[in-house]
Amino acid sequence: MKGGSMFKHWKSSAGAAALAAAGPAFAEKYIPSNDSGKIVDPAAGWERLWTTVLIDITILGVIFAVATLFLVWKYRRRPGYEGGGAKPLSTGAAVAWSVIPTFIFLADDFYIAANGWQLWNVQRTVPADRLEIKLESGMYSWDYTYPNGVRTQNELKVPAGKPILLRMTSRDTIHSHYLPDFKVKEDSMPGRITYLWFYPQKPGEHLVTCTEYCGVMHSYMAGKVIVLPPAEYKAWYEQEGEKLKKAEAPEPNHGGAKPAAQKRKSA
Amino acid sequence: MSVIKEWVFTTDHKRVGILYLIGSVAAFVVAGIMALLMRAELSAIGPTLTANPTTYNVWLYAHGAIMILGFQIPALTGFAANYCIPLMIGAKDVAFPRLNAFSVWLFYMGVILALLTFVIPDPPDVLWTGYPPYSTITTGNTALYTFTVLLIGFASIIAGVNFLTTIAYMRAQGMTWNKLNFFVWSIIGSFVMQLIYVPVLGTAVLLISFDKYLGTNFFDPTIGGDVLTYQNLFWFYSHPAVYVIFLPFIGILMEILATFAKNPVFNYKVAVYGGCWGIVIISGEVWIHHLYVSGMPDWLRIGQMVTTLLISVPVGLITISMVGTLYKGSITFETPMLYGLGTLVLFLIGGLTGIPLAVTSLTVNLSETYYVVGHFHYVMAVAGTMAIFAGVYYWFPKMTGKMYSELWGKIGFWFTFVGANVIFWTMMDVGVRTGLPRRYYDFAAFPQVANEQYIMSVGAIIIAIGFTITLLNWIIGAARGPKASDNPWGSMSLEWTTVSPPPHGNWPKPPVVAEDWNPYAYTKR
Repeated sequence: MKGGSMFKHWKSSAGAAALAAAGPAFAEKYIPSNDSGKIVDPAAGWERLWTTVLIDITILGVIFAVATLFLVWKYRRRPGYEGGGAKPLSTGAAVAWSVIPTFIFLADDFYIAANGWQLWNVQRTVPADRLEIKLESGMYSWDYTYPNGVRTQNELKVPAGKPILLRMTSRDTIHSHYLPDFKVKEDSMPGRITYLWFYPQKPGEHLVTCTEYCGVMHSYMAGKVIVLPPAEYKAWYEQEGEKLKKAEAPEPNHGGAKPAAQKRKSA
Repeated sequence: MSVIKEWVFTTDHKRVGILYLIGSVAAFVVAGIMALLMRAELSAIGPTLTANPTTYNVWLYAHGAIMILGFQIPALTGFAANYCIPLMIGAKDVAFPRLNAFSVWLFYMGVILALLTFVIPDPPDVLWTGYPPYSTITTGNTALYTFTVLLIGFASIIAGVNFLTTIAYMRAQGMTWNKLNFFVWSIIGSFVMQLIYVPVLGTAVLLISFDKYLGTNFFDPTIGGDVLTYQNLFWFYSHPAVYVIFLPFIGILMEILATFAKNPVFNYKVAVYGGCWGIVIISGEVWIHHLYVSGMPDWLRIGQMVTTLLISVPVGLITISMVGTLYKGSITFETPMLYGLGTLVLFLIGGLTGIPLAVTSLTVNLSETYYVVGHFHYVMAVAGTMAIFAGVYYWFPKMTGKMYSELWGKIGFWFTFVGANVIFWTMMDVGVRTGLPRRYYDFAAFPQVANEQYIMSVGAIIIAIGFTITLLNWIIGAARGPKASDNPWGSMSLEWTTVSPPPHGNWPKPPVVAEDWNPYAYTKR
């Protein structure tokens, strides 16, 4: 049965055509936008929320652990102490022991949920003033396309101080574009458009790595985000754009989205 | 020869239970060896044990699939339920003994199919989750995965029908619903979930094989399918599956805590109707938390963040009952109780570290990292497995009529407990600090975690020593341990009122339960 099924070729031929048609969906996907001009860094928000929740669960854990250890020690069978056979709770005590903890747990749940929702809105609402880059993932590379049609592989160059929006899809299996330093990931998959955004503020290099099992070489599917000073980025971006214009050969079509500007140019 | 025939064709629930135990422990050993191989591979950067990532991915598949489908679920709903439910409710056997035998046969066929992974030339490498499109384009044998799931799932459905019928109709005279052991309730909850959700899993994995081998396109977006459909179907079963494992292990724990504290279960009715049934009811509304970064609609992720957090209410009530059972007890620390308390601690850590994962905005960072692996190993792998061990030790004198060695039992416990914490605490820590992704054959992109990876590999060896001691202790105890009395723990529960090991039919004549009896009716000593 090596090599899959004998029917496989039906799918592969039809597949190429359908993928080519999937292009325009890139532009139509609705993404909530934040027009206020105020940018909140989701990564910093993540750190804050994590600390809050960590304190919360530590308190709960310590209460339960101390209670358990205390009871185990206090009521151990030993010479001079024989316990056991505790009376069942009275109805009032039973109700109290269910209603009060339930309210405490519910209050804690809603406290965490409210904080989580607040951060969620930050994470999913993209500032209007942003750089938008398209990502097509494949076994085993990250292919980025810039607004002017420039393409890079496994290397995402971005200017410092500008929110970056990635619109993502995949040409084969499911991948997940994970930026550990920016505390965000989202799956990219065939037939669907997903997005994530992050806010690089200082020049530097950050890891990109795949976090959805995508095949044999999954653990080697790494890339880099290179954050450049805005001027340096602008120079690189324009230079690459010029190179692209001068190149005579048309872009090879990988089946992903072909930028509109590029289409006009070649027409 | 006749002994073998007697066991293979048995319809006695106790023998079926022991067959389930032997099969699942064998599966555990195999899946455990897979874990050791993976830890050896991950002990240093780069290829260590194998230069072929596919080999590693097959270990990964075998470890996950066999641990969950071949060990945890069968050990809890197969072994523990089979052995104890009829004894606890005072029945002479299950309602459909032959169906019961059929279910254990199916289970063995499922395990054999799973073990074929190591024989066939193109073993499955699709993880225990089998996500398309990878599972439909890989050269690995996805059909093996499909049919392993189907066989063991079918065994589980049959067992579900059988046990729910048994508990409903075959309780001893006078055994009202509120006199059932907490463990019996946990098995009811477990099988109700199995009956509702296993068919969904069966459908999902069958459609994968249709897609791969018959040219259908349920999950192929290029011809109108959708990859996310599978993930939804899969987790619609597989999150409740966590509670299918969780409830019985909490049930075993509760029995042990009550017996060794000589106390009734604290706030029994709330633990049963609020805790156990609360989990059953919420279990089906939280599966999206496995798809927090899969591009599900934003509002759905927020909605299921709230439902997921709500799980803390029934789980919290059960935990209060467990801790409260110790209050004013007469606590002794034999091996089962040691395992019971150890499990309580591990389950607390595992449960609480799940709360951040319920929060979708935290999970966008934590998902698919070592943090997740650490968290669910605390709950399922370590707490679940230690609860199963606790149960085996607890019912050992009943099953064999003999006694294991307390000393070696305790030594085995400490090795397992310490090793587990070394691995999985380190794992959570690494996951949060560096975001190290799971399912990586090589962590070349994360050189900063080399020391921690090495420590975790040492922890795996410590666990392996602990388990080897435990297994030998069981085998030697069963073969030539000293004779045990019928009720060595002084329990009030019904299974201890018959002789050890119980004869076919369990009691000479059906037990009748007195008005003032309940399984935890201890008197002040």
